[in-house]
Amino acid sequence: MTTSAGKTIRVDTLARVEGEGSLYIKYAGEQVAEVKFGIYEPPRLFEAFMRGRHFSEAPDITSRICGICPIAYQMSAIHAMERALGIRIDPAVRLLRRLFYCGEWIESHALHVYMLHAPDFLGYQDVIGMAKDHREVVEKALRLKKIGNSIVQLMGGREIHPISAAVGGFHKVPTKSRLRELVEDLQWALEASLETVRWTATLEFPNFEPDYEFVALRHPEEYPFNEGRLVSNRGLDIDAEAYEDHFAEVHAKHSNALQSVLRARGSYLVGPLARFNLNFDKLPEEARQAALDVGLKPPVRNPFKSIVVRAVELVFACAEALRVIREYEPPAAARVEAANCAGTGQAITEAPRGILYHRYALDENGLIVTAKIVPPTSQNQKRIEDDLREYATQLATWPLEEATWKCEQAVRNYDPCISCATHFLKVVIERE
Amino acid sequence: MQILCCGNRHRGDDAAGLLVADRLREWGIAAEILDGEATEIMEAWDGADSAVLVDAVVTGKRPGTVHAWDGGNLKACSTSSASSHGLGVGEAIELARALGRLPSKIRIYGIEGRQFTAGAGVSPEVEAAVEVVARAIAQVAGADPATVASRQPTE
Repeated sequence: MTTSAGKTIRVDTLARVEGEGSLYIKYAGEQVAEVKFGIYEPPRLFEAFMRGRHFSEAPDITSRICGICPIAYQMSAIHAMERALGIRIDPAVRLLRRLFYCGEWIESHALHVYMLHAPDFLGYQDVIGMAKDHREVVEKALRLKKIGNSIVQLMGGREIHPISAAVGGFHKVPTKSRLRELVEDLQWALEASLETVRWTATLEFPNFEPDYEFVALRHPEEYPFNEGRLVSNRGLDIDAEAYEDHFAEVHAKHSNALQSVLRARGSYLVGPLARFNLNFDKLPEEARQAALDVGLKPPVRNPFKSIVVRAVELVFACAEALRVIREYEPPAAARVEAANCAGTGQAITEAPRGILYHRYALDENGLIVTAKIVPPTSQNQKRIEDDLREYATQLATWPLEEATWKCEQAVRNYDPCISCATHFLKVVIERE
Repeated sequence: MQILCCGNRHRGDDAAGLLVADRLREWGIAAEILDGEATEIMEAWDGADSAVLVDAVVTGKRPGTVHAWDGGNLKACSTSSASSHGLGVGEAIELARALGRLPSKIRIYGIEGRQFTAGAGVSPEVEAAVEVVARAIAQVAGADPATVASRQPTE
């Protein structure tokens, strides 16, 4: 809704962001005077809810925090518990866990690239408007997402929140033939993802390249999902155990939300751009070549190009899923039994939108004494605010309505998952 | 007829749709549970001639108010859904319509909620509304709750 004076624009809900939140930008003349972004509150209630529960309950409880990335939540919890209890998992179980991640990434990236982010670039208010003119594109997105979902369903075994994953392995593992049923669809999905890379590369991108500190997992052999050291382009190189020595959550003055910062250097960026820039050499050949063919190589600093990087990660996820299915031999046992013991465990995994940190302390009966969860959107929140401060300067002379839309798009670059927030999102730009 | 119930059990009144599903299942009526994300709703009703969908909503009315919208008139729903996702029930309907994937008959029950905080319980007004909606759907589904309720719950 635009006010008659044209000086203030309010958008009652920021569509196409998972959840709700608020963004406020104030100009003094053509200078950006103030930016406040506080959409996301970390899942403190879930942390409290887990205290006193047995470690084996954590995967189920954490999978309910987010409807979009339940697997990343539950797998971070499982990995942290396995470290606390000193459990080593079967290599076949590890492989299956990678397949599980592939499913979630395909679902999440297909949804964001096509249904949430693409309308911005094509000039549509939302995917509904876009569907009328680009029906085949939306149909492709729906099919891709469904294929990701079919992996999650096969591995997860229950509606909405997957429960099959457990501390030590899975409650039940699939047969080789059951996995092979996915191959035909995944081959289609791989081709569709390659087309997606080519298609997203043709979109127009604003000229905007902040000097980010990128933070992502890095593994010696693989593009990262569930294991590796936490590294950055400014020398960070730590084990998950040291996460809290280097990162802190600080209270933003303007909201209840916590903003994550690197203690030494402030805001940082997690998610597709960070993973791509720090792990380009670990992408499978077809994904790396697809990126190079459209002129995409590290470092990619333009956050609007995250849509192309997500498409490259779609190629990776499909290729990786096919590799896992090819190599899979069922483990001797679905799960290693875990005995109760006291301990502390930290783990970091890569959710579609970036790293997700969990820490748990257990007592000698295996009961949770403390739990801490730092989700990706919490980690990116300060960086989104910093982006908007820089980007809003470019928009100072733009008509307010367009400037507002551009700011919304800049927030959507991060695919923020703010379903835990309880506020309605309002974007407000004021000019003095 | 496809019965789809959306919500989140851990966010106060957002559980309304799922509680309706629980009730229907107790009476032996099949109801699918979803979190309210648009594309999954569209997959769930794909190929069905008629569908009933239940979700919590916020329109500013008294908590526990039961809204019923028929397929043609869902604008109200799309702006009011309290679903925790950007593309929710309203968008599922509009997108399905744009793609020609909307069941020919569709009815939405919206249960007005009051609180959606993570970890909150369900408001008593909403619990009462859940019963009203479950009974209404049971009747349309051809089952009389008065008879089925006395039978053993179906596994």
